[in-house]
Amino acid sequence: MMSSVIQLVSEWGSYDTWIVITAALAAIACALPGNYLLLRRQSLLGDALSHAVLPGIVAGYLTWNAVEHSGWLPVSQAAGIRHLVLFGGAALSGLLCVLLAEWTQRWGRIDAGSALGVVFTTFFAVGLLLIRQAADQAHIDPSCVLYGNLELIVLDRIPGTPIPRAALINGLAVLINLSLWIVFYKELQLAAFDPGYAETIGIRASRLNYGSTMATAMTVVAAFETVGSILVIAMLIVPVATARLLTDRLPTMITVSVIVAAASAVLGMAALCCYRGRCSRPSVIPVSKMPGWRG
Amino acid sequence: MKTVCHHPGWLVSVVLIWIVWGTPSQASANDGPVATSQAMAILSYNTRIVLAGTALLGACCGAVGTHLFLRRRALLGDVVSHAALPGVCLAFLVQESLQPGSGKSLGGLMLGAGASALAGVACLEGIRRTRRLPDDAALAIVLSLFFGLGVVLLSIIQRLPTGSAAGLADFLFGKPAGLLLGDVLLIGGLSAIVLIVCGLLWKELLVVSFDAAFAVTQGWPVRALDLLVVLLVTAVTVIGMQCVGLLLVVALLIIPPAAARYWTDRVGTLILVSSGIGALSAASGVLLSAITPKLAAGAVIVVCAAAAFVLSLLFGFQRGAYHRWRQQRRAQRHAGRHDLLRASFELVERKLAESNATDDVTVPGWSLAQLETMRSWTPGRLPGLWRAAIRDGFVRADAAGLYHLTAEGARQARAAARQHRLWELYLIQYAGRHPVDVDPDADVAEHMLDPLIVRELESLLQPDHAANRVPASPHDAPARATPQAEATP
Amino acid sequence: MPLHDHTPNSDAPLSIRDLTVAYHRQPVLWDIDFDAPPGRLIAIVGPNGAGKSTLIKSVLELLPRLSGEVSFFGRPFAEVRQRVAYVPQRTSVDWDFPVNVLDVVTMGLYGRIGWCRPVRATHRREALAALEKVELAEFAQRQISQLSGGQQQRVFLARALAQQADLYLLDEPFAGVDAATERALIELLRQLRSAGKTAVVVHHDLQTAAEYFDDVLLLNLRVVAAGPMAEVLTSENLRRTYGGKLALLDQVGHEMSLRGRR
Repeated sequence: MMSSVIQLVSEWGSYDTWIVITAALAAIACALPGNYLLLRRQSLLGDALSHAVLPGIVAGYLTWNAVEHSGWLPVSQAAGIRHLVLFGGAALSGLLCVLLAEWTQRWGRIDAGSALGVVFTTFFAVGLLLIRQAADQAHIDPSCVLYGNLELIVLDRIPGTPIPRAALINGLAVLINLSLWIVFYKELQLAAFDPGYAETIGIRASRLNYGSTMATAMTVVAAFETVGSILVIAMLIVPVATARLLTDRLPTMITVSVIVAAASAVLGMAALCCYRGRCSRPSVIPVSKMPGWRG
Repeated sequence: MKTVCHHPGWLVSVVLIWIVWGTPSQASANDGPVATSQAMAILSYNTRIVLAGTALLGACCGAVGTHLFLRRRALLGDVVSHAALPGVCLAFLVQESLQPGSGKSLGGLMLGAGASALAGVACLEGIRRTRRLPDDAALAIVLSLFFGLGVVLLSIIQRLPTGSAAGLADFLFGKPAGLLLGDVLLIGGLSAIVLIVCGLLWKELLVVSFDAAFAVTQGWPVRALDLLVVLLVTAVTVIGMQCVGLLLVVALLIIPPAAARYWTDRVGTLILVSSGIGALSAASGVLLSAITPKLAAGAVIVVCAAAAFVLSLLFGFQRGAYHRWRQQRRAQRHAGRHDLLRASFELVERKLAESNATDDVTVPGWSLAQLETMRSWTPGRLPGLWRAAIRDGFVRADAAGLYHLTAEGARQARAAARQHRLWELYLIQYAGRHPVDVDPDADVAEHMLDPLIVRELESLLQPDHAANRVPASPHDAPARATPQAEATP
Repeated sequence: MPLHDHTPNSDAPLSIRDLTVAYHRQPVLWDIDFDAPPGRLIAIVGPNGAGKSTLIKSVLELLPRLSGEVSFFGRPFAEVRQRVAYVPQRTSVDWDFPVNVLDVVTMGLYGRIGWCRPVRATHRREALAALEKVELAEFAQRQISQLSGGQQQRVFLARALAQQADLYLLDEPFAGVDAATERALIELLRQLRSAGKTAVVVHHDLQTAAEYFDDVLLLNLRVVAAGPMAEVLTSENLRRTYGGKLALLDQVGHEMSLRGRR
């Protein structure tokens, strides 16, 4: 054990550092909106969103592929907007899912859980169909969707810097979510606790909800490509639940969830690197399971 | 319907007999003049096996999903199916180590999946008991952790040197084409058990879903029955693993009952319709997937179910959008006719006072313009209503082009006016309203009065008004000298 | 009140001894002693938060108790379930559930029908007879979401009547119903009394309690007084019941719950 740790430390390179940093950033970015989801009792929305973004991603990829092959844009530019197209497709898909679910619930008069269930499972099925259709035209590997592709993604660096593009995107997600929490802290707190009262004093709880769902969808999408859907679902809930078990105050809860998320990412990556080449990155999840068993 | 609820086994037996006794030779004998090869594919033995198995699964999912739907715990199915994955992987590893090459035998995998799903549910209960986290958080935690563990195991398996690990991921996304006869019989048997249990315990599960506190006082074991529902969900998930895949079986648990809700307001019918929609979606999905290349059967089944949902949302008999729209239209037409007849009656009343006629029918006729002054109509509505009234035989035209009420029309007009006036009197006498204010309220309320309420009104106001007589209008009373008694404000 | 006697009264339809109930570890009922006299209409009256609903629920084993003994007709609840009917508050169910009025009333017969046996036409006829007693027979096929508040209350009562029980426990049946329904409900209760049945009713309004009921149990976290209406409803007793929660009792109870949690 000690020898492998020593070996790990001596062989540690900048590549490994960037893997850890990117994974940690993705985890933190997911934990932040997860706090609001837990308060609003919508924790399963994360699971629903990660299923629902699939058709958007595939459709975006197909569109980009068509554009690239048709030659409208020079190849380098096409490569540049690839992320944007995927991101946009996924975000649109996620938002559409939430809107449809709400519309079905209100207009179709069924309960929220069933409405969401109907919509996101359908979206996921459509996504799977698209993947199968697209498998000839484009090289989409379904398992990529589940696990992400951290090891390769980190190699895609921003030209001129050693920073991986994924780290930048996830870092941006962290910044945006953090600023939202800081700026709208008391509104979010009240809207989660007592939306009816919030409306009466002028805080539009429904708008805040939409906003937070949008932020969650975008974060999920940003983290998706990096660490895969399973990790995203886990990161949306497990650090937050751990924090909730440890404290009763909201600011502390948010802080603790961020720390737990980052810690499990770091420890998980370290475990991965110890056994390099034999495990996959979902080992981060079992690591984060351990703090959860307190209380 | 009750028999079917209690003996669903006969349905299952018929289907199983159809598969087993329909041999390939029989199929080719029937297919003589059939033109396309695709039709041959539909009728082929293999496809029939797959069709039967998947349709049974669909029916099962529909029935069990209804119980989740009634308790508003639709997403429990999602958690159970995701929690089953580690069990599948562990079972594979165990089977593979005990007897290399038999890793993917369905029975063992099903056991593993079931055990793992139940472990997930046990964790769920444990988290819930601490009462520190909300319900949905517990569901999300169990889902993500178990599924994450499952994926880790899956990736380990896929790097093993043995070749038989290929295709294990089919249990995530489904591959009904891989069903063998033995598998279908297993699925059929399990489905039969699930359907029979649902049928036998139908009323027990109903009373526990509807009013758990009452059920407890009646001595029903509510916790045990809740656990039974979870067991049924687990069984169905495990059965559906091969056909639709773990990730998609939840769709068959959620969508058919939600779709069925638009067709009925009775629980028994809901379960049947839900099973039907489930079976139909599964069958259509398999058929479409057999005909069209590159369509994953599991996903197509879900899309078919979603299509059924949309159709039900729009056209369902009980709560579908089209049905509600038609009801609204009918109510509007009814209200319009009511208003027209009442206006006609008031016109007749006035003419009765002014002329020497003895009853409503022989009173001098009137023109449309005169009728228009009786109340404020939406522009353009009156001619349409009038035409409908003529068509329905309530009104007739005489030689001079003036209109009269027919006998039937007079009867309906009196009833309409009576309802309106009774309500006005009720508002004045019991709700303390002023006579001048009651007309607009009665205008709205009179269309909501069903015969039971009218009878109650009559019994309340009985001493003042003999049966079937139309009371005088309370707000016009001082201005007219009518032979009827004046209503007391 | 008799001197403290720990043996339950075997004649009483409902006999409670030393009942203490906690809700989330805070005691909300202390040492309740009560015997319901048979064939009478008994009101449970007290201020908000006095524990009236909690008393009914804990007696029916819907809430756990910290201590005490309850017996029905001298036997434990599990043995005589069929003789006890519960009419809960209206807000306890989902009124959008896909059942009609007749189905709800038939549920009262499920206990008698037994496990796995189907519901037959004879059962439905019995349910319809119970609906006729509450004057809702015409609504038998209506979906329950289409009922008004008073009608919903009457459906629950019909379900209890279908059980043909000997003791009826009703939780705020008159809350939010119109005057006509209130009169109809009281008339029904009086008919039950004439038939020798007993009804224990949680009631919120003191004035109508005096008018409608024979006996009363004044409750405010503990029994203030119990017995015939004329004897018990004195200004002294009312002052003790409604004069505010016993602050110290409440505080100690809260402290107990906090200690239990840490």
